[in-house]
Amino acid sequence: MIRMRLLTRGRRLLLLPAAVLVVLGVSACGADGAPGDDATGDSDGGSITVFAAASLKEPFTALAEQFEDAHPGAEVTLNFAGSSDLATQLVEGAPADVFASADESTMESVRRAELLDGEPITFATNTLQLAVPPDNPAGIASLDDAARPGVKTVVCAVQVPCGAAAARVEEATDVELTPVSEESSVTDVLGKVSSGEADAGLVYVTDVRAAGEAVLGIALPEAADVVNSYPIAALTGSQESGAARDFVDFVVGDDGRAVLEAAGFGAP
Amino acid sequence: MELTAVRLPRWVLVLAAVGALFVVLPLVAMALRVDWPHFVPLVTSESARAALLLSLRTSLAATALCVVFGVPMALVLARTSFRGQRILRSLVLLPLVLPPVVGGIALLYTFGRRGLLGGTLETLGVDIAFSTTAVVLSQAFVALPFLVLSLEGALRTVGTRYEAVGATLGASRWTVLRRVTLPLVLPALVSGAVLSFARALGEFGATLTFAGSLEGTTRTLPLEIYLQRETDPDAAVALSLILVVVAILVVGAAHRVRPLGGPATARPPAPAVRRAAGAP
Repeated sequence: MIRMRLLTRGRRLLLLPAAVLVVLGVSACGADGAPGDDATGDSDGGSITVFAAASLKEPFTALAEQFEDAHPGAEVTLNFAGSSDLATQLVEGAPADVFASADESTMESVRRAELLDGEPITFATNTLQLAVPPDNPAGIASLDDAARPGVKTVVCAVQVPCGAAAARVEEATDVELTPVSEESSVTDVLGKVSSGEADAGLVYVTDVRAAGEAVLGIALPEAADVVNSYPIAALTGSQESGAARDFVDFVVGDDGRAVLEAAGFGAP
Repeated sequence: MELTAVRLPRWVLVLAAVGALFVVLPLVAMALRVDWPHFVPLVTSESARAALLLSLRTSLAATALCVVFGVPMALVLARTSFRGQRILRSLVLLPLVLPPVVGGIALLYTFGRRGLLGGTLETLGVDIAFSTTAVVLSQAFVALPFLVLSLEGALRTVGTRYEAVGATLGASRWTVLRRVTLPLVLPALVSGAVLSFARALGEFGATLTFAGSLEGTTRTLPLEIYLQRETDPDAAVALSLILVVVAILVVGAAHRVRPLGGPATARPPAPAVRRAAGAP
């Protein structure tokens, strides 16, 4: 008797994962079967996944909404992370339709994996600025101030795009910073500054703007020549290549330009 | 007498096998990706050595902190009873289940320059921001529950019988603690310390949030792996493997000290008691 009951319970337990798989499979089919995957022209619908650099979070969230309004039936899923992270995920086979990177070398690594559908298009640029806590306790007014001994300055590590840009700024201005920390992402640099742990941090102009009142931006005219370019491209793995290309056109076009400019991005 | 194996339903074995594969397969997959010809140069680069050395130093310091504060905490939780003890125990164990980044934020608001104690520490001339001390604090924060948990469990298992005998025979509180209680739970203390060390070695989120990342000062091995992954995945994989090997050694050591369900903690303490009683 007891044996019997155990067995049935066992069967039921086994059914649970099976049921989950069935549900997942059905929903995946639903996504695949969505209409409107013609190769050219304005597609009416289609669900696309956009992998975008973390610094694009605000403008791309707005752009995705506008795109959905302009293309009835279209659905844009956004995935924001560090560009290098996203590139690694793409190369390892993550399903996505569009990739927007914060620098060209990261896009290049995706191109080398032969995942790009067409040439990448540069759609925005970004420059660096010093972020300081709102009350600016160390009295930072220039890059030289950030290099003073005793000032806790935080930068990105050279392995990530914002750190590579910071190194180029140092080179261009001949100022040598002695950072107390080299963070893995611009978000971490901003966090250290807005919490008051650091006196200054070298971040993108757009990050300072997006942070609102949490930090104060100190413009660096001497760093104006160090420009990060943001390329965007549709991906070959896309099931909705029409919608993917439409989204790229939308970002590169006037609507995209306006939103990006409002977020502080420069023209390509 | 040989213990006859309990016959389990077959589906239990199947699910157990799937579960085991789920844990083991990713490690195998990672080992397969290691660039063996370049393994040694990858893991002995200057930044890798600095990170490993820093990790070992800070983890040892954090383990020491855990022992110094964790042993009294476990004793208080296991041997006394007071109002709110259950709540206190839950709070102490909280870092175990808390996402480390949350721990980092909490530490920032406590020991940070603008944190609860930041002003006081600054007056005392202590500057924790971006220092190795911040790393040790992060590691101790997440590792402490491991020691408290394993030691408290052992203390409850061995019970108070031998301690009571020691006390009746005239041993002072300190003598009972030193000659009876601690020797009884020594295996659990060692395995708890080893687990704390392992947890400290793997600490990532709280360190990243609270301490920063600078080679030789705050960039521990997990942070180095996270950073290398951006540009040099081969180095990241090689260093990851080092951490896996260290983790396996550590977990193996912890289990040797206290076989699961084994009677190691219940060793008869008679000689200890006798000596305790004989002590002045």
